[in-house]
Amino acid sequence: MSINLAAQVNSIMAALILLTSFGLLVQRRMYGLLHLFAWQGLFLSVSTAIVGYVSGAHHLYISSILTLTLKVVLIPYILHFLMRQLHIHKEVEQLVNVPTTMLIGIALVIFSYYLTAPIRELSTLVTRSTLAVALATVMLGLLMMITRRHAVTQIIGFLALENGLFFAATSATYGMPLVVELGVALDILIAAFIFGIFFFQIRTTFDSLDVEQMTQLKEED
Amino acid sequence: MTLLILLSVSFIAAVVLAFVGDRKFAHEINILGSAATFIAGIGLAIEVYMNGPMVAGGKFFFVDAFNVYLAVLTSFVSMTTAVFSRRYMRWEREHGRVGHWGMRFYHAMFQLFIFAMLLALLTNNVGVLWIAMELATLSTVLLVSLYRTPTAIEAAWKYFILCGVGIALALFGTVLLYFAAEKVLGEGGEALLWTNLSQVSDKLEPTVLSLAFVFLMVGYGTKVGLAPLHNWLPDAHSEGPTPISAVLSGLLLNIALYALVRCKVLVDGATGTHQAGYIMMGFGLLSILVAAFSLLRQKDIKRMFAYSSIEHMGIATFAFGLGGQIATFGALLHMLVHSLTKSSIFFTAGHASQMHRTQEMDKIKGLLRGNPLVGWGLMFGVMAIVGMPPFGVFVSEFLILTATMKDAPLLTPLLLIGLGVAFAALFRRVQPMVAGIIPANQHPLKAAHIPVILHMALVLIIGLYMPSFLAEWFHTAVELLK
Repeated sequence: MSINLAAQVNSIMAALILLTSFGLLVQRRMYGLLHLFAWQGLFLSVSTAIVGYVSGAHHLYISSILTLTLKVVLIPYILHFLMRQLHIHKEVEQLVNVPTTMLIGIALVIFSYYLTAPIRELSTLVTRSTLAVALATVMLGLLMMITRRHAVTQIIGFLALENGLFFAATSATYGMPLVVELGVALDILIAAFIFGIFFFQIRTTFDSLDVEQMTQLKEED
Repeated sequence: MTLLILLSVSFIAAVVLAFVGDRKFAHEINILGSAATFIAGIGLAIEVYMNGPMVAGGKFFFVDAFNVYLAVLTSFVSMTTAVFSRRYMRWEREHGRVGHWGMRFYHAMFQLFIFAMLLALLTNNVGVLWIAMELATLSTVLLVSLYRTPTAIEAAWKYFILCGVGIALALFGTVLLYFAAEKVLGEGGEALLWTNLSQVSDKLEPTVLSLAFVFLMVGYGTKVGLAPLHNWLPDAHSEGPTPISAVLSGLLLNIALYALVRCKVLVDGATGTHQAGYIMMGFGLLSILVAAFSLLRQKDIKRMFAYSSIEHMGIATFAFGLGGQIATFGALLHMLVHSLTKSSIFFTAGHASQMHRTQEMDKIKGLLRGNPLVGWGLMFGVMAIVGMPPFGVFVSEFLILTATMKDAPLLTPLLLIGLGVAFAALFRRVQPMVAGIIPANQHPLKAAHIPVILHMALVLIIGLYMPSFLAEWFHTAVELLK
């Protein structure tokens, strides 16, 4: 595979990651969200492997396999299991202002391109153009966490945000040092167990996973 | 070697305590583990004092004057907190607020939390620093929701989500930092080592570093509890068990600030301007003012002192941002004395709310008569934290104020308003709590004496006479951070 072709395939992967980000933003159904998230993980993993192949940075293969097992298999499986246990897999979330959310999302993508412009100029890597997409993924994940009201959706937004961070690491620098990538992956794994416990705690205390009900703690006037 | 012992003791203690669980002697093992950590911390401090900064474990660890005092502080406060938590958590267990599994979890996670903080302090790798910060958050999230009340779960969820997002942005900042470092230092793990980065910081690309600093500031700033990113802090501190409030407030905020300051040094080196400092000053000043005025409205005792922590972290951040010899010295001292004072206040506030079965300040009265130690402890603690002489906080705040008048005179009134309002707000509240007759809802309690006395004595000693080794460390640290 020539470098040019690889760069193009990588760009397609970046586009797909961005597309899934927008999909996550407006998907109402829980299973739909889960599938989109798994797809995003898969695109990320493929992109990481391609970059690893092109650059000869072989530790990226490990990173790619890590993403594959963690983001495509393990965490979706845990979430799937939790959704079954909590009987929320058929739930449909009410969304307000979908067009506005989309427009804000588009604005965020443009903003990301603007913000990363100086870095793109400095970089000599083939992947430099995808850094903006990575930052956009981070911001869209953030937007999803703000606009959504369901605990599971917020967590998926958080994980999508972490996907964006991994993607940023591969596109800006051909991946962080291995010890860092492993540590981050470990942290995500621990976080996965913690939010699992959380879902049960929220469910037994509040009877539903709508975080809108959690408004007791605020300053009284 | 001492370094390895220091780190491994708390990790081993966490594993052991996970197996010991709810048995009677779990509290003693917890104390023993923390005490061993403290002794190792002292050992490390002596080593560094004798031989100067050192790099260990294949460059993986790094100790200098800046982090060694924080490591000793961290291990000391975690030891006294373990002593306090013995009586406190036994009471909670007997009164059915925590269950069997809760106690097992509490002890294991307490030690893991200490491990994470020490790792964050001692690591030489900026990436591992991030990982340890995240681990410190994750290990305390479920401790905040330990009581399983709706408010506790809400607080923990907020803590998890807000700090999770914040720290994720800090990782993006770290990626950008690595991007810049890789160009100078080459690929691989070496490029993220602080010892390497600080040597070549003037060669790092300034535009990238200033962008990275924005992300690092927002990310670690969330953990420091700086306004407007502070929303999680009062909730997490007021809803969790008091020993956790004490270590969150006294230690974790410090560690986050430590991470931020380490990054600032690199950014300053690269940009050659004072831009990062101005950003920190802005966040710091805003935190002081927001916290001071929020203090006036508080009804919950632990929540009030949580806001006071935001104020004091604001002061330290402001001072680091201001830079210069006096301000930096003041900031380093402020981190130390705030940590000691605030954890002592949380100890007494925790006991006070146990005695009255509530955290509402209107229902807490007559502490001096009910339990002199708790009453006087709280009284002196508040006197110290509002910056009255002869306590250590007075010295640090005085230094910072002097430096402000010299370098940024226009900001002095704002700083003074913040300090004044905080003073009034806290004093107005503490008087009715300690004075008066014993109310009907007060129950006698066996309080933990030693931690409070020890902390207050240290704050007093530092206020009256600064030990020479401490001054020397601070001076070296000031040189490092210039």
